[in-house]
Amino acid sequence: MNVKDKVIEIIAEQAVLDPSDVTMDSTLESLGIDSLGLVESIFSIEEAFDISVPFNANEPTQSEFDISSVASIIAGIETLKAQQS
Amino acid sequence: MKRVVITGAGTINALGHTVPETYEAMREGRCGIGELEMRDVDRLAIKIGGQVRGYKADTCFNRQQLALYDRFTQFALIAAREAVKQSGLEFSGDLAAKSGVVLGTSGGGMQTLDENYRSVYGEGKNRVHPFVVPKLMNNAAASHVSMEFNLKGPSFTVATACASSNHAMSQAFQMVRSGMSPVMVTGGSESMLCFGGVKAWEGLRVMSKDACRPFSANRNGMVQGEGAGVFVFEEYEHATARGADILAEVAGFAMSSDASDIVMPSKQGAARAISGALADGRINPEEVGYINAHGTGTAANDKTECAAVADVFGQHADTLMISSTKSMHGHLIGGTGAVELLACIMALREGVIAPTIGYQEADPECALDVVPNEAREADVDVVLSNAFAFGGLNAVLALRKV
Repeated sequence: MNVKDKVIEIIAEQAVLDPSDVTMDSTLESLGIDSLGLVESIFSIEEAFDISVPFNANEPTQSEFDISSVASIIAGIETLKAQQS
Repeated sequence: MKRVVITGAGTINALGHTVPETYEAMREGRCGIGELEMRDVDRLAIKIGGQVRGYKADTCFNRQQLALYDRFTQFALIAAREAVKQSGLEFSGDLAAKSGVVLGTSGGGMQTLDENYRSVYGEGKNRVHPFVVPKLMNNAAASHVSMEFNLKGPSFTVATACASSNHAMSQAFQMVRSGMSPVMVTGGSESMLCFGGVKAWEGLRVMSKDACRPFSANRNGMVQGEGAGVFVFEEYEHATARGADILAEVAGFAMSSDASDIVMPSKQGAARAISGALADGRINPEEVGYINAHGTGTAANDKTECAAVADVFGQHADTLMISSTKSMHGHLIGGTGAVELLACIMALREGVIAPTIGYQEADPECALDVVPNEAREADVDVVLSNAFAFGGLNAVLALRKV
């Protein structure tokens, strides 16, 4: 499974949606994922890709890891994978 | 209803090993937070905390005692010794039979849990020390305090996460106020600064890697501390009859439950606890000069707490002072309200308001007088101590100058 499909699977599971309902321009907010759901998603992403995501729930928008959309999350994971491999 | 006063106080925390040392640090705005020293610290993402330093357990307790006392029990006993000594009370006969101890803690014997899980899971050992259970149980500290001071009345432990101490002291207050007990020893203790304790908090992504900066726009989370605060709550007539030095009066309290979210705080729940404490103590909002904030330094708490204070106090919110001493001693979780009550007593007794240190940038959502960075001299008559726990459980205490 590629990064995109895996991220969509993780996010869909968190949002209790079918993966086909999660698109690249979906935002976590539009999918109904709250702050706890976000922290849990990031944990799942770290476990799935064996990476460490720099994320502090107190300043979610200031993190180097862009969580503004599904596409930005995938791009962030690709970067982290390249840096941390 | 009886009046309730405080006739003894004791503590050990990152700012000092006694109440006078802690007051001095708070007056100077000193920071007790530093690099964590513990096993496997290199495997932690969060490497700072308000650890109790320069403490040698074997100078306070003998070998047999240390076999039974987790670090949180040691802290509770050290604080209780200072508090009971200051009160001048000795418990015997009828006084002993009616007096008890109610302490708050969230994790209980976390150091013991951590060490023994490591031993059986990590190192594969199949045998543990026979005292693991009596050492780790949440009521161990309260029980050992009862034994050391012969407190034979109502005694138990309260666990409501970050509000444990305030809930415990609220229970003790009710017992003395109702006439059930002439004296209650109360407060809280916590020692969660072990590998597993910090690792668990790390997971929630709310911890700061550099400092606890409550109310500052650039705050980035909480910092954990450890230690204990213990007080002697005594019925007023009982205290005056023996000529005790009264530190403050416990004037009112209230508890509330948000009934909404397991981690996100609620403005309404906080406001109901604050206004409830005022109503319980028949306190006019304008009388309140200082609030020791819950002030964790997280985005969620600080905004909600300031909004709740603004709602309850209206225009007076701009006049009163509110500071978070967690910036100095860290968040003691179940012990935090007890150590923070010291800042309240210092305000009433010494006319010094402890500062919120590490404050760098004003936040329009926390636009109150947070006593930034430097302690301030002020004459206040009534103070509040806020505690708002995970799980939405809130407890606020009001103290009055005597």
